[in-house]
Order: sequence, then C-alpha cells, then structure tokens
Amino acid sequence: MGKRVAMEVSIAIAEAVKLARAEVIAAYPITPQTHIVEHLSELVANGELDAEYVTVESEHSAISCCLGSVATGARTFTSTSSQGLALMHEILFIASALRLPVVMVVANRALSAPISIWNDHSDIMAQRDIGWIQTFAENGQEAVDLVLHAFRVAEDRNVMFPMIVNIDGFTLSHVIEPIVLPDQEDVDAFLPPFRPKYKLDPRKPISIGAVGVPEIYFEAKKAQDEAFKNSRRVILRAWKDFATRFGREYHPVETYRMEDAEVGLLIMGSLAETAMTAVDKMREEGKKVGLIRLRLWRPFPTKEFRKAVSGLPVLAVIDRALTPGASGGPVGTEVRSVLYHCARRPRVVNFVAGLGGRDVTVEDFEEMADRAFFYKKKRPKEAYELIGVRES
Amino acid sequence: MGKDQALMSWKDVPFGLYIFEPGNSAQFKTGDWRSMRPELDKEKCVKCGSCYILCPDMCYEADEEGFYQVNLFYCKGCGICAAVCPKGAITMVLEEV
Repeated sequence: MGKRVAMEVSIAIAEAVKLARAEVIAAYPITPQTHIVEHLSELVANGELDAEYVTVESEHSAISCCLGSVATGARTFTSTSSQGLALMHEILFIASALRLPVVMVVANRALSAPISIWNDHSDIMAQRDIGWIQTFAENGQEAVDLVLHAFRVAEDRNVMFPMIVNIDGFTLSHVIEPIVLPDQEDVDAFLPPFRPKYKLDPRKPISIGAVGVPEIYFEAKKAQDEAFKNSRRVILRAWKDFATRFGREYHPVETYRMEDAEVGLLIMGSLAETAMTAVDKMREEGKKVGLIRLRLWRPFPTKEFRKAVSGLPVLAVIDRALTPGASGGPVGTEVRSVLYHCARRPRVVNFVAGLGGRDVTVEDFEEMADRAFFYKKKRPKEAYELIGVRES
Repeated sequence: MGKDQALMSWKDVPFGLYIFEPGNSAQFKTGDWRSMRPELDKEKCVKCGSCYILCPDMCYEADEEGFYQVNLFYCKGCGICAAVCPKGAITMVLEEV
C-alpha cells in the first residue's frame, strides 16, 4: 500500500492525475498552478502517462478543449489559478449545465488589481455559482486524495458534474510534504474507467449545447439544480469507500476540539493547520476554542454544518475574500443564511484575513478568537472586520 | 424544439438538454410568430423560382404542377418572396388568428 515520499504538493497532484489515468489534459500555465501541468506534460512526453496533452493559447481555450474532450468520453483534467480561472468564467457554467465532468485543480490566488500572484480565495469565490462541485484541501495528502475522489464523483452516472479541488497557492502548492501515493491497482479498483451514458460518437450522433427557448430554459435549470443537490449522496459514499480502501477518512465538515467550545473558528483550506495550532495554544490557556473546517463548499453541506455548530455560542467565520458592499465575506454570508432558520444558532462574527498572500499567523487566529469571545456578550457593529490591516 | 413542443415538466427534460435525435431542428416550428403570410396568385406566377431561391428559411417547395408553395410551418412572414417576385404574384396578407 503506497510509499510515503517527500514531494512538492503540485508534483504529487500531477502524480495523482497520472494514477487516475487521465486521458486528456489541456492547460495553460499560470502561477502558482504551473508545476502541476508542467509535471503532467513531462509525464506525457516521457511516455509515463498515456494521454493527450493539448497546449493551448489561453485558459479560455484550455477549458473549452476540456469540454470537448470529456464530451467524447475521455477522462479530462486541467488546472489553473486566479486570472486564468476568471478567463474560463463563461465556459465553467456551460460545463456544469451540459453535465461534462471535467476535473480541475485550482491553486487559489488573489485576483488583480493590484497584481498579486499570492494566495487568497478571491479567484474561486468569484466562481461560486458556476455549478461545479467544489472541495478545499488542507494539506498535500488531502489534495492527492481529493483529486482521486473528484474523478470518482464527477464521472459517476448519478452525478456527471465537473469538479474543482481547491488548494492554496504557494502555502500548499509549493510546499514539500511527506505524501503517500497509492498503488496503481488500488486506484484502479477505486476509480473505474470513465463510461458516460451519452457521449459524442459519430456512430451514434447526438447534439450537446442546443438553445433553450424561454419555454424550456427554466425547466432545464431546475433539472440541473436538482441533479446537483443529489450529488451529495455520491460525494459521501465515495469518501466512505475511499476510507475503506486507503484508510484515510474524509467528511464534508471537519471539527477539531469543538466539544464544549464557546468559540468556533470556521475556515477553509490550508490555514486550518495554523488555526489548529492556535486552538491548541488557547486550550492550554483554558480558553474554550474549537475549529470547524469546510472541506465541501458546493453543494453546501448544510446538515453536517448545522450539526457541527449545534450548541455553539459564537462562530467566527474567516473569509479569504472580500465581497465589496455585501453583508459579509462569501463564506460569512453563506453561513449566516444557512443558520437563519435554526432556533438555536451561534452568533456569527465574520473576519476577512490573509488577502493577497498576507500571512495569517497563530497570533492572528488568537486575536480573532479573542474578539469572538468579546462578541459573545456584545453584538459586533460591523458586518465583517478585516484582520491584519495596518491602521497607521 | 418548437415552443408548443417544449412545454414539459423539469422531470422530463432530457439529460443536459441533449438532443438524441440528429437533425430534429426540422421539427422546430419557426413559423409561430408570423404576422403576415404570403399568398400566391397562380395566374400571375411564371414558376421562375425566385421565391424558392431567396427564401431565408427555405420554406418554398415546388408542387406537382411546378408552382412553388410556401410551407407555413416554417414561414416567418418576412415578405422577401413577395418583394422579389418579378410578376407580383405573391401578396403578403394579414395573418388572422
């Protein structure tokens, strides 16, 4: 069962795509995602991966190529970041509506301007409504496992939706970690070949992407929405099967030291590891702090999330993106909405931290937790507060 | 898919709104919002086929006698046929419901 090897997370992700036996990769390099597709192109060029590697002139072409490829029934992968993801925007909606299960890793990076190659979640939050299943990895091992999970879920005949695995740019993509790459035969057993029910085939022609007149468009969107919500079951089942086969257990929502917690920090992505250190430190000081991490972002794991915060007095939601003029960050507004109908719900305090690669330290998490304790008795004046911005 | 053919429950919408029957655009009733309809005067018609050639929706087809007849399932009533007819054999008349 797999060897534990120290490797860069981007390289490990590329190796996972190889283990998944991807057949087509179309991608355009962009920092901090570049190493993933660079390594994949090497694997293809060296004959280690029997796939078609399509070099394209932009991310718009990359994702368009992926749609065509997956429509013919080929297992398809791409990866991007920031401006590249933004350039894909219009095609991303088409991928989900046409039920084309592309798997993409997004190395999360800030959006311009100012120009920034560094990490936050503003790129993916701008793509919140594209109708793709979205997960967030905390560390390299999880990134590898979520990529395998993504192919399994996306291509399931009861799902057939594209899927994004988010990894934090640099803080995860460029980190060297000990990672277990599973054996090929175990991956093959977990991930059967892609056999879509319908595909583009000259022997049996079909049309994909026809016009939806006003009399049918709405019904088509409702059908899509229902199918998307139903993907939940397959997502959970695939994680369960993954745990049986590989021994690593994944859930839509993870909790850490949340029993008896008075303040819960909520975060997505790799910063959760820093937050855990802060929780441990504060627990030693007798402060009842816990951590909640969302692994599954779309479809939103409402049931699991409500369970994780039940009985909690204050929830501090840490957003990694700004939504100018809104009533909170994207995660903050989502969570407030999810909790609105709960009779006993925590007070939600929303922080925005770590934009454009600004470090979020253990001390920053302590500060957020301390403010959350303060807000236990006093309602916050602002809908959200920025952490780590110089005032003078 | 014609508008009247599209009225179905979301539960019956085909997967991804795919079209499984190639060439079914022929079933698309494009003639459902016409306000004017062409009428042919066979006395004046010389069967030149200008209407057949210039119709943007390819609605015209020759009948057994060689007269070009409009197919109102597709005709949008644009009036090009009437405008180009060298003999003034085609008149646009109001479509009454």
